[in-house]
Amino acid sequence: MRHLLLNRADGAAQAQPSRADLGGVSPRPLRIHKVRGQREVFCGLTGIIWLHRKMQDAFFLVVGSRTCAHLIQSAAGVMVFAEPRFATAIMEERDLAGMADANEELDRVVDELMARRPDIKLLFLVGSCPSEVIKLDLSRAAQRLSLKYAPDLKIVNYSGSGIETTFTQGEDACLAALVAQAPEEAPGAAPSLLVVGALPDIVEDQFRRLFAQLGIPKVDFFPPRRSGEIAAIGPNTRVLLAQPFLGDTAQKLAARGALRLSAPFPFGAEGTTAWLKAAADAWRIPAPHFTRVVESGRVRAKRALESSREILKGKRIFFFPDSQLEPSLARFVTQELGMTAIEVGTPYLNRDLAGPELDQLDPETRIVEGQDVDLQLDRCRAAKPDLIVCGLGLANPLEAEGFTTKWSIELVFSPVHGFDQAGDLAALFARPLVRQARLKV
Amino acid sequence: MQLTVWTYEGPPHVGAMRIATAMRGVHYVLHAPQGDTYADLLFTMIERRGERPPVTYTTFQARDLGGDTAELFKDAVRDAHTRFAPQAMIVGASCTAELIQDDPAGLAKAIDLPIPVIPLDLPSYQKKESWGAAETFFQLVKTLAPRPETPQARPPLEGRRPLCNILGPTALGFHHRDDLIEIRRLLETLGVDVNVVAPLSATPADLRRLPHADFNVVLYPETADTAARWLERSHGQPAVRTVPLGIGGTRDFIAEIARVSGVDPKLALTDGASHLPWWSRSVDSNYLTGKRVFVFGEANRAIAAARVASEELGFEVVGLGAYNREFAREVRAAAEIYGVTPLITDDYLAVERAVAELQPELVLGTQMERHISKRLKIACAVISAPSHVQDYPARYSPQLGFEGANVLFDTWVHPLAMGLEEHLLTMFREDFEFNDAAGLSHLGHGAAPPPPAPSPTIETVPAAISWTQEAKAELAKIPFFVRGKASRNTEQFAVQRGIALIDLETLYDARSHFAR
Repeated sequence: MRHLLLNRADGAAQAQPSRADLGGVSPRPLRIHKVRGQREVFCGLTGIIWLHRKMQDAFFLVVGSRTCAHLIQSAAGVMVFAEPRFATAIMEERDLAGMADANEELDRVVDELMARRPDIKLLFLVGSCPSEVIKLDLSRAAQRLSLKYAPDLKIVNYSGSGIETTFTQGEDACLAALVAQAPEEAPGAAPSLLVVGALPDIVEDQFRRLFAQLGIPKVDFFPPRRSGEIAAIGPNTRVLLAQPFLGDTAQKLAARGALRLSAPFPFGAEGTTAWLKAAADAWRIPAPHFTRVVESGRVRAKRALESSREILKGKRIFFFPDSQLEPSLARFVTQELGMTAIEVGTPYLNRDLAGPELDQLDPETRIVEGQDVDLQLDRCRAAKPDLIVCGLGLANPLEAEGFTTKWSIELVFSPVHGFDQAGDLAALFARPLVRQARLKV
Repeated sequence: MQLTVWTYEGPPHVGAMRIATAMRGVHYVLHAPQGDTYADLLFTMIERRGERPPVTYTTFQARDLGGDTAELFKDAVRDAHTRFAPQAMIVGASCTAELIQDDPAGLAKAIDLPIPVIPLDLPSYQKKESWGAAETFFQLVKTLAPRPETPQARPPLEGRRPLCNILGPTALGFHHRDDLIEIRRLLETLGVDVNVVAPLSATPADLRRLPHADFNVVLYPETADTAARWLERSHGQPAVRTVPLGIGGTRDFIAEIARVSGVDPKLALTDGASHLPWWSRSVDSNYLTGKRVFVFGEANRAIAAARVASEELGFEVVGLGAYNREFAREVRAAAEIYGVTPLITDDYLAVERAVAELQPELVLGTQMERHISKRLKIACAVISAPSHVQDYPARYSPQLGFEGANVLFDTWVHPLAMGLEEHLLTMFREDFEFNDAAGLSHLGHGAAPPPPAPSPTIETVPAAISWTQEAKAELAKIPFFVRGKASRNTEQFAVQRGIALIDLETLYDARSHFAR
């Protein structure tokens, strides 16, 4: 896989050799800075915004405070959906003061909810900062309610609290909890591929076609679109992560015996090729066949990158931490679009999962795990990057200071994986600069 | 626990943020986990502010809970003071920090900063955003403009221009920017000078000068009333409380200012100050008569809007309500005027039920009601917070004062079917291009949705009632904006008379029965 990445045909192939290719010893080790301080990031509850659309018969009930309800509503762009499949059970004074048994109250709220939405088949009880701090046991609540509502409704709990999870870690916590719902693989089952991470339906369909053409017979996606379609898991399951932030889910799958295929993530022509190759290698797909299958998509992706590459080549980019996609995106914009990454901030760095991406970053790039937002802003201003990737709280203030920004949440909310989205992904980075050049006001 | 799909108000610390962000020279240190930083985007994205809110969040994590979150808080206070050099600081806890009981007030006091540090006690599990804003503003005012030891006499009003404070505009306020321009202009016409506008753009030093004014204009009672009452008691400043919404509201506002300050109200009561009276009296507006409107929002705004709807546009108010209980008494009194049951709730689902049941032709509400109306296919205009990015327009668009009245006329009438169009839709229902399913012509192609199906959740009619094919077809010929109402009335009429099958006769009997 790494070999493949180093043998690209285009001009950008002169990247740093990876550590792996030098026997695991990097000539100039990547400097990874761990930082603690004030963070400017979302909590894991935010993941509900896309997860509730992905699983069409699932409902997310946050057990939290008014702040939690307000957060999801604000982060979701305030009520863009006609009937959301999420809600908040807002804890009140009497729940905390012990006047009302919080468990009884929760049961009542779930009854109320199910009366309104009898079509729901899977209910997530989502823990929050306040529910964690008062140690409200949602796993017991889930067990209790599961008995009551079986077999029509399954109830699963996870925590999206901001004291434990950052933004996309909410999806990780959700999927990790969902692993327990997967049936056991039949003994001696034929090997199957499990693609893990919530992907837009269209991207899922594209990947499904590619895997079929490669000759991988059984491919499942996790989470599935419907809760009844969760794939069986076991020692013959090969896991390919579609997102870099799924560390806990990967562990839970490993505990079920599934084997994870290490790969860069499917962003851009190179990332997607390497990602598909990891699966192809596991199925021992002959190289010529692999090339034949992926070549047209790969060429299409490269062509789609060209116009953005013209704009972005040589430009300097600075990533504030947001989604944990940052190392992968930095790999994409430097390797495939010719940008220079000054700093790559990420809320949390899973060295194991991000390894194949980190290997391909310039050792000069400053990798920062965690955040002290004021100091990071100081560094950013001093570095004067051409493009800043940051969250919604920082974007307009930086624009007002004269910087050009790309708000990072869009990179999580749009279809960006795979060959046929490579051009769109590149355009997301190019658009702020194009706009800057167009405007005469 | 309360099952909540959408919430009208944020938590009280977001109210405190609206005050801190509105002001200059104030910094807010909030003991809170990382997720609470989402609140920044309310200001930077929805309101498009070009500056970060002046808020430092401690962003403690689970691993800090066993250790010393108090030390984290103290460091944050010290760092914020060094970095931002504010004139005053407010400190407090969000919902999660409230549970860990670190006592931000005591900790901040122990640091002994050389500036006023004002602790906020905002109970997150009882109170909400507006209350938090009002309380924060009150605490700032009380600390920075303390009650004098001996009462200070103001110079007599004779021979000088009266001086007032304008209280209430905040960050993330509903059209506050433009209201302020409009009200300043009005005060200028009356010969009244403005001493301080607060909290918007005010510094702590400005708050110290509040007592210099002769009186206070309480522009937004939901944020300024608590402080204004205190200023009245402590500094002897009377308060002007009329909300200058619509022609009547603005005239009363002017009269109240004249009464308090002795200026001549006629200076601002010239004819032609607003187009609304003529626009409303012109024959073209006849079709607005008796349109059934449902009004819901921030209490003070909803009350004022109901008056405009009733007295200035000739609508019929069929429902009135508010989400903030602090002004429930006033809402109940206003509901009595219109003979409707007041709806005081922050439960979005209860509001949705009320709208579905009343089947109004127009909803005047918040962004929540816009959502409800979309679902129920009823016209809607937004009159109050909670707001969304489109409620912060680039153009000048005040809600208050005489120009505000013009804006109200336009924005409330626009979503409705226009007079002649309404008739044409009724007369030629089967025109393939121009029918109610095709949508209102001035709202663009396909803007209006297909005719509404009565929601199953509001079905109160026994299943035993049915319609003949003929009657059903006739019902379909009634324009969509009254069809739901007609259908409900007819079924109700049938139930009352023990009619199980509704035919053409029943339909037209019911129509004559309910004819006004």
